[in-house]
Amino acid sequence: MLPLTTYILLADDDKDDREDFMEAFKSIRMNTEVQMFRDGIELMEYLNEVSLPLPQLLFLDLNMPKKSGLECLTEIKKIERLKNLTVVIYSTSSSEKDIEDTFLKGANIYIKKPAHLTVLKKTLSHVLSINWQYQTSGLNRDNFLFQL
Amino acid sequence: MVYYLKYDVQAICKRIVNEQMSKSGLKYSLLNTHELAFDQIITEESLELLNRGFNKLGIEIVSSKKSMLVQKIKEAIIGFVNLEDKIVLSKTSSYLSATLNYSYRYLSAIFSEVTYTTIENYIILQKIERAKGMIAGGEFSFTEIAWKLNYSSVAHFSTQFKNTTGLTPSSFKRIINQRRRNMLENIIS
Repeated sequence: MLPLTTYILLADDDKDDREDFMEAFKSIRMNTEVQMFRDGIELMEYLNEVSLPLPQLLFLDLNMPKKSGLECLTEIKKIERLKNLTVVIYSTSSSEKDIEDTFLKGANIYIKKPAHLTVLKKTLSHVLSINWQYQTSGLNRDNFLFQL
Repeated sequence: MVYYLKYDVQAICKRIVNEQMSKSGLKYSLLNTHELAFDQIITEESLELLNRGFNKLGIEIVSSKKSMLVQKIKEAIIGFVNLEDKIVLSKTSSYLSATLNYSYRYLSAIFSEVTYTTIENYIILQKIERAKGMIAGGEFSFTEIAWKLNYSSVAHFSTQFKNTTGLTPSSFKRIINQRRRNMLENIIS
């Protein structure tokens, strides 16, 4: 009944941010396996390779050079095999427009990236718990929208 | 013009389970939507094989006592959160312990252990999910939704909605409606 391991992909161009996330994932109660990408292009290459496993959760930094999180999201939603992935977009911005844009493009969760690691840990654990509820309690995915 | 689909989830599930089970050739009976009984002893391997087929459909056969109990708690909660008319949640804890025959303390400990969330949070999440469904349906005003879900006021409802989803009921409504318009445009164009 419990997920043994939640498989997660994350794309972020900032090395410090990637390390923060890695540490936060390691510290939460649920088991996670995390694969990191340095930009949107690397990530999309992975996702487009049909033989590779799809994640239960995909974290995208909103602002990345080359290919932004929003561009990845737009591509993902056009691909039948990928369009039902649970997508979490995070950014340091809390502009209403950014947030609405990501939801309209099909993101499920928007996170304003917290400045402190302890808060990030709490947020991630909340994300995993919500995602788990959606997977196991038959909730309507059309209404899967959260801003944390 | 947009139409809404109403589902009889129980009937759908029963049908899917029966279809899937008849493929296995095992003798079984479906006691209700959630309980499956076998006439013979089922080995771990054949259970795993069955689950492989079921998992693709979003169904899992669980056998642990704790998981079963959690499933029953969830069902009881979903049952009363989804009552057509006004729901009454004043005595959730005594309702649960009376229905399931365990002390509430025991139930909530097991629930937290298995689901990583508390019964209280689960109830809130379910109520908010039902509210989301009603908002998306567009049939009810926020005042009516608040009343149906037994909130003391619209303000209280909006606060809990915001605390749970991070969005106000109005922005949720705006986003859902806009998404729907975008989808329709994509279909038409």
